[in-house]
Amino acid sequence: MSEQQAESLPGVDRAVELGLTKPEYARIVELIAREPNEVELAMFSLLWSEHCAYKHSKKVLRRLPTEGDRLLMGVGENAGAVEVAGLAVAFKVESHNHPSAVEPFQGAATGVGGILRDVIALGARPIAMLNSLRFGHPSSPRSRWLLDRAVAGIGHYGNSIGVATVGGEIHFDPSYESNCLINAMCVGIADPDRLMRCAATGVGNRVILFGALTGRDGIGGASVLASAELGDDDADKRPTVQIGDPFAEKKVLEASLELIDADLLVALQDLGAAGLTSSASEMAAQGGVGLDIDVANVPLREQGMEPFEIMVSESQERMLAIVEPSKVAAVLEVCERWELLASDIGEVTEGDRMRILVGDNVVGDIPVTTLVDDCPLYDLAPAPPEHGLYPAPPADLPEEADHRDTLIALLSGANIASRRPVFQQYDQIVQARTVRRPDEADAAVLALPVGENGIRPAIAVSIDGNARRVAANPEGGALEAVLECAANLACVGAEPLGLTNCLNFGNPEKPHVAWQLINSVEGIAVGCEALGIPVVGGNVSLYNEGPDGPILPTPVIGMVGEMPDATKTSSSGFLTDGQAVALVGPFSPNLVSSELAARRGQAPQGELPSLDISAVIAAHHAVRDGVRSGAIQTAHDISEGGLGVALAECTAVAGIGCDVTLPEFTDAALFGESPGQGFVIAGDAAAIAAIPGARVVGTTGGGNLVVSAEDGASFSVPVAEVQAARDGGLTAYLP
Amino acid sequence: MRIGVVRFPGSCDEVDALDACAMVADAELLWHGRTDLDGVDAVVVPGGFSYGDYLRPGAIARFSPVMKAVADFAAEGGPVLGICNGFQVLCEAGLLPGALLTNSGLRFLCKQVDIIVERPGTPWTADCEAGERLSIPVKHMSGRWHADEATVAELEAEGRIVFRYAPGDNPNGSTSDVAGVCSAAGNVVGLMPHPEHAVDALTGSADGLKLFSSILNGGDRVGTAG
Repeated sequence: MSEQQAESLPGVDRAVELGLTKPEYARIVELIAREPNEVELAMFSLLWSEHCAYKHSKKVLRRLPTEGDRLLMGVGENAGAVEVAGLAVAFKVESHNHPSAVEPFQGAATGVGGILRDVIALGARPIAMLNSLRFGHPSSPRSRWLLDRAVAGIGHYGNSIGVATVGGEIHFDPSYESNCLINAMCVGIADPDRLMRCAATGVGNRVILFGALTGRDGIGGASVLASAELGDDDADKRPTVQIGDPFAEKKVLEASLELIDADLLVALQDLGAAGLTSSASEMAAQGGVGLDIDVANVPLREQGMEPFEIMVSESQERMLAIVEPSKVAAVLEVCERWELLASDIGEVTEGDRMRILVGDNVVGDIPVTTLVDDCPLYDLAPAPPEHGLYPAPPADLPEEADHRDTLIALLSGANIASRRPVFQQYDQIVQARTVRRPDEADAAVLALPVGENGIRPAIAVSIDGNARRVAANPEGGALEAVLECAANLACVGAEPLGLTNCLNFGNPEKPHVAWQLINSVEGIAVGCEALGIPVVGGNVSLYNEGPDGPILPTPVIGMVGEMPDATKTSSSGFLTDGQAVALVGPFSPNLVSSELAARRGQAPQGELPSLDISAVIAAHHAVRDGVRSGAIQTAHDISEGGLGVALAECTAVAGIGCDVTLPEFTDAALFGESPGQGFVIAGDAAAIAAIPGARVVGTTGGGNLVVSAEDGASFSVPVAEVQAARDGGLTAYLP
Repeated sequence: MRIGVVRFPGSCDEVDALDACAMVADAELLWHGRTDLDGVDAVVVPGGFSYGDYLRPGAIARFSPVMKAVADFAAEGGPVLGICNGFQVLCEAGLLPGALLTNSGLRFLCKQVDIIVERPGTPWTADCEAGERLSIPVKHMSGRWHADEATVAELEAEGRIVFRYAPGDNPNGSTSDVAGVCSAAGNVVGLMPHPEHAVDALTGSADGLKLFSSILNGGDRVGTAG
């Protein structure tokens, strides 16, 4: 059918209103050999949205490695999982950008709730949350409002449900002014033998919906809000943002795990974007079966909801389970004890039909594969931009400032200052396994149950992104983001096992955004191959644009690593006087797209130096092994703000200064960046000297950060001044 | 010795409290719907957000069936410890004096603080010494203990301020730096800091373990059960 023929279809305007293109609508009509009715059209509009169908990214994502020795569950399930010390560690990162830009408290809170349910659906108990946040420049009142309310929303949900928020990162850049990014990552643990899959199987098995009531909230969230650019009428979209109820989720969590423990479920799936439509279709598609769903049996929050509204409602805190008929009564009993509604809403059927019923009336009937698999996948038309895409930010740090003043200005800047004012709003310790809290080490360390050898193993988790470097060079920058995440793990003595990513980009139909996306995925793939780890799952968030253009290309990397012994870890700060300070790694800093460049008003563009991946990985190994052996007590990766900032941060943690002498004393050597490639370490002199590749540059101690050049130039800052600069930087922007 | 840890829907720290109790004695969870305490020798009302705490922290939980049993147990002199939300529940139930208001900073706050033991010798501080400093984390939105001047003076006179935040460490604006108080008989103790999150140096501090080990020594309980 041609686009002209599609024009003449009576339903085409309604389809376009719901976010489908005319050719997509024509394809639907061809596939089902008639026009879809209202219920069916609503379902297609969601499942064929960018958010659900990945139609502009699926082909690109095929580049990512998805296999690994320790992989227990990979792409296609609700979350990925790797094996650690006989446990399954499940994890995934997901975005909730557009809802948060419209209503930051509930948008961020339900983002946390959504990713929690993905991990719960695997049968894993969530043990930790991390998040990656991006806002416009903090001098903008709107950005400060978004920061304040998003952080409050994240805390509200995570704190109330009893899952520790143990890490995260925040970055400010004018490109996020109207399109903030809220990415949340959840980590859970499960018995590997009890991991749940989402495939509906067993013809005759019942479909049980449990959790909260279904209301009119969030209708069209995935299609209207998540799959289009933001604009002036965003306030009108507030009704498409869902409202979170962490208390309901807490009950859903405990009930779900109890149901799985009691072996009462065949399959489990959370209801997220596109609600029942997406969950039911995914379960049917994975299992190769059909489903009958009777919407008359769905418990409703309000009267008079239409069948299509019930099918697409994004009401939160709901789960869909497949249950053998003989176990339905037991399932309902567990839910009742947790004071949760549970209803039998349908049946697994033979064949391939997704049938929506109201009692005996069939109100929708479409092939599952058409819904889930037949959405057209688009090829991107990438083209590198001819000139820089992003304007130069306003300069607020003069080039002639000396090293000392430059350092203080960087430390007190919103992008580098201490995150404590934010972290303190999160429960970091509930569940009693947080060995390293935020601010204490480069990665969070979470102890696992004592093993058979009497030793407590642990996992380390980190989340990272460096969009300005990605803007300069998508492949190189994304590779650096992967390496930086791995470097964070190395600092606490952990070996990476798997990676989850959230790809936040602008409109992929624009050639330069397509170019950013494709090359960033290449960089992530190269990083995974170098580290020997798979991508276990993730999320793509496109159309992140405001009136001023696209956001910086922002691939966010979350990583989980293994530690044989929770007690063998490090601090990111100097701990005692008189230890040797050394540098490790093929660190080749430059100022391109660095924080200093931004502060000097330079746009994020230029050449990133090529890097020697095998030398970088060797440095990671040296640091990790040194931490595990106890030789290294302090390990900190050199990232934003470069070596000068890294040294200052090492002194700030416990208030212990250092005296170091560096071979080079240029701006680039002191404040240039080369993420994931260099470390500051400290420990006893003899032990540090034995670390492969370590170059001793000084000693810890005293009340000052003293940095000298070999030619005698030097500067000195009292540690108290370093601490004051770091501590005040973000506080200034929180109301 | 068997310690029961109450579990409300929305409790978050009940398993951590259970594990802490299990380090010193037998321990079990007590479901909120039950009307008896299964014969336990001591009760911990743990932290979290009971019933979501959407009305006011602890306001709904105090009406749960198990709280009637806890009140009877307390009246007979049984040792009860309320931690964070548990402290809020015990105040709402009238088993402890004062109320917990929103933090003076108006935000949730999670940080390690030092508290000072003002009243050793309760069933939950028997292993502590007067003036002893303990490093224990707080994590709460509504932890600002408040009572009127007369009540504060009365509690001071009766030695019922059990814990105070160390000078400069008051995280929430509590009146007189109060971190924890006890009932007139001394058997019911509540505090905002989380001793169950300070029972292992690996995760930050082991100072809180003393509250749990104290229960084995009984303390100087006064009141109807002696």
